[in-house]
Amino acid sequence: MTPLLEVTRLSIAFGGLRAVQDFNLALAPGDLQGLIGPNGAGKTTVFNLLTGVYRPAAGEIRLAGRRLDGLRPFQIARAGLARTFQASRLLADLSVADNVRVGAQLRTRPSLLGTVLRTRRHRDTEGDIEARTQRLLETFGLAERRAELARHLPYGDQRRLEMARALATQPRVLLLDEPAAGMNPQEKLALRELIQRIRREFDVTILLIEHDMSVVMSICETVTVLDYGVTIARGTPREVQGDPRVIEAYLGVAAPPGDA
Amino acid sequence: MNAAAGRYRPPAAWAHALQSAAPLLVAVGVGLLMHFAVQPAVGAFKARVLVDIGINIILAVSLTLVNGFTGQFSIGHAGFMALGGYAAGALSYYGSFRLFGAAAFHGGVLSWTASQGPFHGPWLGSGDLLFVAACLVGGLVAAGAGYLVGLPSLRLRGDYLAIVTLGFGEIVRVVLQSTQTQLSQAPDVAATPWPLLTLKLGGALGFIGLPFYTTLFWVYLAVALTLAVAIRLKRSSYGRAFLAIREDEVAAEALGVHTTRYKVRAFVLAAFLAGVAGALYAHLVGSVNAGELGFQKSFEVVIMVVLGGMGSVSGSTLAAIVLTLLPELLRTVTGSVNTYLPRAYELPDLRMIIYSLALILMMILRPQGFFGLREIWDWRVRRRPRPA
Repeated sequence: MTPLLEVTRLSIAFGGLRAVQDFNLALAPGDLQGLIGPNGAGKTTVFNLLTGVYRPAAGEIRLAGRRLDGLRPFQIARAGLARTFQASRLLADLSVADNVRVGAQLRTRPSLLGTVLRTRRHRDTEGDIEARTQRLLETFGLAERRAELARHLPYGDQRRLEMARALATQPRVLLLDEPAAGMNPQEKLALRELIQRIRREFDVTILLIEHDMSVVMSICETVTVLDYGVTIARGTPREVQGDPRVIEAYLGVAAPPGDA
Repeated sequence: MNAAAGRYRPPAAWAHALQSAAPLLVAVGVGLLMHFAVQPAVGAFKARVLVDIGINIILAVSLTLVNGFTGQFSIGHAGFMALGGYAAGALSYYGSFRLFGAAAFHGGVLSWTASQGPFHGPWLGSGDLLFVAACLVGGLVAAGAGYLVGLPSLRLRGDYLAIVTLGFGEIVRVVLQSTQTQLSQAPDVAATPWPLLTLKLGGALGFIGLPFYTTLFWVYLAVALTLAVAIRLKRSSYGRAFLAIREDEVAAEALGVHTTRYKVRAFVLAAFLAGVAGALYAHLVGSVNAGELGFQKSFEVVIMVVLGGMGSVSGSTLAAIVLTLLPELLRTVTGSVNTYLPRAYELPDLRMIIYSLALILMMILRPQGFFGLREIWDWRVRRRPRPA
């Protein structure tokens, strides 16, 4: 199948540090892939390259054939690539609903005059945004808290709000940056189900950065392992777990295969 | 589709048109009320304070779009006000010469300040059209400048942007103060083409002799419209884009907000409204002097926005009211105390010191300003703290 998201030889250096080198990736429609690696391996840098936060020094990013490298983040979001952030970047002083609405309004073109005069078109658009917002809030179990400020949400809710907000932009590919960080085992279990449900219900292709092996290994079909910006392994979770280079990257010495 | 979509029923066409036009109708109503009911009731001095309050509300609310909603820190707002005042003044002053032969008042009842004496004439005179056009031109010239400042400023954040806007305000002041001597004789004006007239704005002496058109009616018409625009923006996709930039620019971009475009829009819109405020001010005092519209005036407006709560339309409105009234009240208090004291023991004019102390105390006791990002009518919304 032709890949939906195709990344070829993506590279960037910060000063002398080659943060990401010749990174390749192909996501077929409906894929759920994982991107793992030790701290500082360049996982989040890959996300920042894909979403236009950094401009790649070399390489190509294509979404459904369209070049994304060199575009600005908002253009990439419009092209259909959405992300969450590792450290929560919620709009803290806005309500839960407003956080989702900002994403949901992506494909609308508000006009100043229409807004000031509250034209029919303006109302229809806002009504549409509202309907999609409500649907997402319900899917993510946040409908009860829609009027609260994002900063007042418990941590787990904040992470789910980030996902809801990213999905509100109606992406084709969703990049999740460590969604399980800071969650307890029950929450992680719920997260696994949520991610799989998102993939089904929103018809979205997912690339997941995750430290937590239980999450990655249980839901991803393919896992890519980065170390020092270089791809050291790729394969099914089972293959990757047994790869001596992966074990070395994580533990520093060769060790019997097991829970990394 | 779901419950929320199902509940939405489009209103009847007439109801819809009414709702669209409601701000204008309300604005005209408020203006008429202020002009015909409040002004005669309160007398000339208080009416003048009310006008000052109105102009400051427009300034504070417009700056709220930039500093409050969008989270950019502009401290050159008086520059836009000055540009608006001069542009509007040029049109009404030289325009009056061209149309009426002199820069005299040709307005109707709505532009006539009662304290100037009885007036018999139409509701609206030909001069009023000139005045309204002048206000709009003032706004547009300021908006053009807002676009020019906004563009290069986009790459700058925080302190750096603040310095650029401060510099802009000073440039405007210096440029306006170095314009040529203004023409005051009808034949001279008639002999000079428009492009040259726009260079003759009085220089360091200020641009004087402007016709008096600004009344409570026009000011509160503009206030009501400004408030309506700001509030409708805040509750729409537009406003959410502004607020998203303020909250987290990286996240806003990732959600598809064209941050540079919205920042420029905020600047342009705020500049337009400040320009209108400047135009109103110019036709209130009959002159405009860039020297008075330097960074000190800019800071006055910034203080209103900060005190109001950085992003609250109602908050900055309240702050504009309080901060305009406070010095006047303090003046009255000092004055009346002094009448009971022997001359040697009279209180010095402490009002600016008390005013400053009040600001310092306010910022210590309530650093988020009056309302924070919220509006006064949001208070019925529960503020549930994070459950333990």
